[in-house]
Amino acid sequence: MPIAKTVEKMQELKPGEVLVILADDEGIKSDMPAWCQATGNELLAIQEENGKYRIFIRKKGG
Amino acid sequence: MKDKMTLILFSGDLDKALAGLNLATAAASMGIEVVIFYTFWGLNILRKGKSLTKPKGLKRKLFGIMNKGGATKLPLSRFHMAGIGTEMMKQLMKEMKFPSIPELMKLAKSLGVKFIACTTTMGMMGLTKDDLISEVDAYAGAATYLANASQAKINLFL
Repeated sequence: MPIAKTVEKMQELKPGEVLVILADDEGIKSDMPAWCQATGNELLAIQEENGKYRIFIRKKGG
Repeated sequence: MKDKMTLILFSGDLDKALAGLNLATAAASMGIEVVIFYTFWGLNILRKGKSLTKPKGLKRKLFGIMNKGGATKLPLSRFHMAGIGTEMMKQLMKEMKFPSIPELMKLAKSLGVKFIACTTTMGMMGLTKDDLISEVDAYAGAATYLANASQAKINLFL
């Protein structure tokens, strides 16, 4: 579900703004790069700490 | 040309609807055109809480009493346990901040996912357009589904 939540939040962002996602779903490591590649949003970083993930995405455009 | 995916949502189970709608929203957000064909028990997902039309005939009436609809009333495919298991799952989903079925449907619609309701099964179950939510884009049968599916790379049945 992190992707569904991300999609929802990204709709509220303006182009160029950065979304920080917190997740505890390991699949995010593979899913978020795949999603960013398909959508054209820029994956800035994935930080991992004790099984939790912090992902930074810049909304495309702008 | 845009990639396309179709889903047949045959099941009206909470877990399967969740899986289908999660996939649909992810696909739509990735630029894939998505069509969901709701048929049989899957129509329950599209039903308003209460049926407005009175089903014709005894068989359909009895069936209507047994087969409750509405996106918030879907049972789990396993461990429903007269509603206890399903209620526990719903609370767990809330705690884990999972979106609910109505939330996922709203998100899917905002991303342009198309909902088609199967008229063949609607007729059998005594459901009319008035029984279904307004988010349904089209009412059609197998041929429409197949016309969509033949253009799509991904076709799934749930």
